[in-house]
Amino acid sequence: MDLISNLAIGFGVAVTPLNLLYCFIGCMLGTLIGVLPGIGPVATIAMLLPATYALPPVSALIMLAGIYYGAQYGGSTTAILVNLPGESSSVVTCIDGYQMARQGRAGPALAAAGLGSFFAGCVGTLILAAFAVPLTEVAFKFGPAEYFSLMILGLIGAVVLASGSLIKAIAMIILGLLLGLVGTDVNSGVARYSFDIPELTDGIGFVVVAMGVFGYGEIISNLSVPEEHREVFTAKVQGLWPTKEDFKAMAPAVLRGTTLGSMLGILPGGGALLASFASYAFEKKIQSKPGEVPFGKGNIRGVAAPESANNAGAQTSFIPLLTLGIPPNAVMALMVGAMTIHNIQPGPQVMTSNPQLFWGLIASMWVGNLMLVVLNLPLIGMWIKLLTVPYRWLFPAIVLFCAMGVYSTNNNTFDVWLVGAFGFIGYLFIKLGCEPAPLLLGFILGPMMEENLRRALLLSRGDWSVLVTRPLSAGLLAAAGLLVVIVALPSIKAKREEAFVEE
Amino acid sequence: MKIKSQQDFYSGVMFIAVGVAFAWGATTYNIGEGARMGPGYFPMMLGILLAGLGLFILFESMVVETEDGEPIGKWAWKPLGFIIAANLLFGVLLGGLPSIGLPAMGMIVAIYGLTFVSSLAGDKFLLKENIVLATVLAIGSYLAFIVLLKLQLQVWPTFITG
Repeated sequence: MDLISNLAIGFGVAVTPLNLLYCFIGCMLGTLIGVLPGIGPVATIAMLLPATYALPPVSALIMLAGIYYGAQYGGSTTAILVNLPGESSSVVTCIDGYQMARQGRAGPALAAAGLGSFFAGCVGTLILAAFAVPLTEVAFKFGPAEYFSLMILGLIGAVVLASGSLIKAIAMIILGLLLGLVGTDVNSGVARYSFDIPELTDGIGFVVVAMGVFGYGEIISNLSVPEEHREVFTAKVQGLWPTKEDFKAMAPAVLRGTTLGSMLGILPGGGALLASFASYAFEKKIQSKPGEVPFGKGNIRGVAAPESANNAGAQTSFIPLLTLGIPPNAVMALMVGAMTIHNIQPGPQVMTSNPQLFWGLIASMWVGNLMLVVLNLPLIGMWIKLLTVPYRWLFPAIVLFCAMGVYSTNNNTFDVWLVGAFGFIGYLFIKLGCEPAPLLLGFILGPMMEENLRRALLLSRGDWSVLVTRPLSAGLLAAAGLLVVIVALPSIKAKREEAFVEE
Repeated sequence: MKIKSQQDFYSGVMFIAVGVAFAWGATTYNIGEGARMGPGYFPMMLGILLAGLGLFILFESMVVETEDGEPIGKWAWKPLGFIIAANLLFGVLLGGLPSIGLPAMGMIVAIYGLTFVSSLAGDKFLLKENIVLATVLAIGSYLAFIVLLKLQLQVWPTFITG
């Protein structure tokens, strides 16, 4: 059994004391930022990227991955207790989770979220391990034309499934692609759009873009609304364990959530956010048993399903990254950055050239999930206390970490000026209703797309039809086109808007 | 024609401007042709595409009805100004400004500066609380970045360390 021997390698790497420590740090931080509203995994991972220089690559990736799925656990706590999504993927958990808390059933709600997430995490890890090998083999058959088409599909998928205006999101991708081109062109050695500034010939650091747009942009926009008064159910968390009836209702919901979440995580553009929305909508459609609490009034299924789904989605979204080297969402785009920092070219060859890293990362996710259950359920009281930390102490610290992180990436102050500019741009985007996540994806993929297009056209002697005459490439492009058409259909468009109105 | 979505109108303008700027910039590089793409080829293509999408968004913003006109709303100048200023001050204090002969003040001073200025962006400014916060952050950063991660940063002002 290859799978088992591979996982054995992985656990050998993941269970060393050093990696256990970094996994723990990652999960801790993930839970922390998950609990705190106003700071998400994208900004946190961006802040910590420079700090991972000093670490061995496996430990660095294990820690960063822990932040992502840890945030999914933490986000549910805030959603249930405060009716405020700590993470965007916990938005739907608020609906029923908060109602349960108001009825004094915060304990079972938290347990349902925690146990559901753990189950989903285990399944997600297995799927990741099982699918990685066959998908990698497919990836080796890809030529430059296929890669180019795949990136188009990935980018289109990312915006189709996101909220807000489709066309603006596509424009943001292109803007990201263009920003990604700043710097020295690898083929001709020409410094493009560098305005004779020596620092710009290396390109715009992507930590700079991520922190400016996600870190500063969001702080400024958070500060522009007056502080809200929150009702926190801190004293009422007792009787953590769900009743037998709860378990009966929960178990199938967790299973459905996990299945749906795992599938949606693999899709380009998928991940935790989409998974939780879809599974809540799906759960609502399923016939309620007589005597069951209706949805929106504190149904435990409405907590268990989306929470399992977002965790499953968070894990399986590593599949396109690890096998194809294509990031399906903004967090994975940051993981590409983390790998590049450590001189690992993401893509199908990672599995063969760095098996330790590849399987170690996968195994660490299971270990991390175990840690998270322990961290989140018995220690819930500690996290609740965190919610009382006022934002006016938090945001200067976030600004500091951003500035410090940016400076220490290259030890030069030019990046600090640049991140200030991107902070302004980030706020501008928020004001204009343009989502920044597609920009980051485009920024990461820009140089890769250009290189693959260049190679594809070089091989075909400038004939663009190569993109549609190769069957694999044509299929990928057709899928991308189909996605756009589907979303543009009036009936679906209305549904899509409705789904996001629930936010 | 009346603007029906303020947000979309200005995003359209922004995308057109950026697209045109990139495409225009691309003309200063060698464009080449499909089989031999020059450095200007891909940016030229993308720039035109972006400007095209911008035009479409601009057009849509004047035709498609919206419920509330999607106004941009007030600019939050205060947080914007102080957060960016805190960031710039941090850079100046940490690295110094050789162009005007300002020596580097090092990390500790920079942290205090950043904390004070960024706190001004919030609703309340409490001096005592800020001193405590800045001190905690300074000690924390020293331990995390200098002791633990061993980053090469200047900690104290140049005129003290020499």
